[in-house]
Amino acid sequence: MQPAQSPPMPSGPAPSVITAQKLTKRYGALEVLRGVDLEAHEGEVISILGASGSGKSTFLRCLNLLEVPTSGDLTVLGERVRFRPKGDGLRIADHGQVNRLRSQVGMVFQNFCLWSHRTVLQNVMEAPIHVQGRNRHEVRDEAEAALARVGMADRAGYYPSQLSGGQQQRVAIARAIVMQPRVLLFDEPTSALDPELVGEVLKVMHDLAAEGRTMLIVTHEMAFARDVSSRIVFLEQGRVRAQGTPQALFRGGMDERFDQFVSHFMRQG
Amino acid sequence: MKASSLALVGFGVDGWGRLLLMAAGLTLAAALCSFAIGAMLGTAGAVLKLSSVATLRWIGTFYTTVFRGIPEILVVYLFYFGGSLALTHLMHLAGFPGFFSLPSFVIGVLAIGLVSGAYQTETYRSAYLRLERGQVEAGLACGMGRVVLLWRIIAPQTLRFALPALGNIWQSVLKETALLSIIGLVELLRQSTIAAGATRQPLLFYGTAACVYLVMGQVTGIGIRSVERHLSRYRGR
Repeated sequence: MQPAQSPPMPSGPAPSVITAQKLTKRYGALEVLRGVDLEAHEGEVISILGASGSGKSTFLRCLNLLEVPTSGDLTVLGERVRFRPKGDGLRIADHGQVNRLRSQVGMVFQNFCLWSHRTVLQNVMEAPIHVQGRNRHEVRDEAEAALARVGMADRAGYYPSQLSGGQQQRVAIARAIVMQPRVLLFDEPTSALDPELVGEVLKVMHDLAAEGRTMLIVTHEMAFARDVSSRIVFLEQGRVRAQGTPQALFRGGMDERFDQFVSHFMRQG
Repeated sequence: MKASSLALVGFGVDGWGRLLLMAAGLTLAAALCSFAIGAMLGTAGAVLKLSSVATLRWIGTFYTTVFRGIPEILVVYLFYFGGSLALTHLMHLAGFPGFFSLPSFVIGVLAIGLVSGAYQTETYRSAYLRLERGQVEAGLACGMGRVVLLWRIIAPQTLRFALPALGNIWQSVLKETALLSIIGLVELLRQSTIAAGATRQPLLFYGTAACVYLVMGQVTGIGIRSVERHLSRYRGR
């Protein structure tokens, strides 16, 4: 695969899309995130790597508030997410704000999570109609275009149970991009797939990256992360252990733990 | 004898057919109302039992324990006599002497609806627990609010899981409306008893009533199963 092209950048840094500051997450005695800072700028493709239990999925899920952090600050699309204290943690203070932000942040899950009682086309049309309140006819055209974009236009009338995992994941990507999100979150999008189906999903993600979309990807696909990302963030035990361009990190010698992690994966893969 | 039997359950001048049919209609109406009340109470009960607030869970558990634990006929009696006594007392306070009773249809439907609601609570609760978390999270991630999420995702999926058990509950509600005969509602069983007494043909009329219950149960059962098939169409198994 060719490296994704960055969009033409205006002079100066691109605006920040998501800023997380000192994010922590604790489940009882278990500290999953121990203070993670990350600033994602428009047009960046950030791969978040780390061993299981490093907190990478939890961190991603904090960014659209599927998990509420225990402490820390989160700014999404220029809006600081409002929390209120609850016990020794936080609660969402303004669900209206969170729902509004979520509708502009696309999410692709490990297990696809297509709504099993709706067809492919209905899955893609659901949120534009029932969240954005848009007109069914104009949404239909856009949903069909989104499906065509991921190569699933010919399966519009199928139910998720009738599709392969790779096909379901591509529909899930169409469901996310039809909302025209400002940023896309991918939570291990290929981990639940049979090996021969991984490629078709990575291909779609590669194309999205090449369009200049802002993406945050939790993944174990080392080669994909190396080829497509503009930045790698390596988490270990709930902290950012190392980050940098893929060139800098994958060359080796920048961080010993990262090198061990990569060589472990390369041996397995 | 044969000819006169047919005439007795028929729709002629001597026939009880028209009255029996009306009584069957009342049975069906009572069952539908009871089931609908049960569906509302069952939904509320499931929400209580699934709540994160301990007091609410406790209220839900109290409701299902009590109304699944005491005989239905007792619930009907309690409601009928208790309700009438309370009403009479209130009317006395308001200056109206005499005995007042509540309409037996309303009382009976409330009583059976309450019991059915206790069973439906368990059905909805376990159906909700079968819902995959990802289905809800996918809705949240698109920015769905609680109402949209409930109506577009949670309700249709929960209903699909609940439907087989709801079919059973419906069948038993249909039969339990016979209890309303004891508080004076002339539904199918009561009408059959009247006809059996008047004609001294108990076997004929109770047998007819039994057949009518069976037919009503089977026909509605076919309806429920077709809805079930429709909702399962996407399952591929």
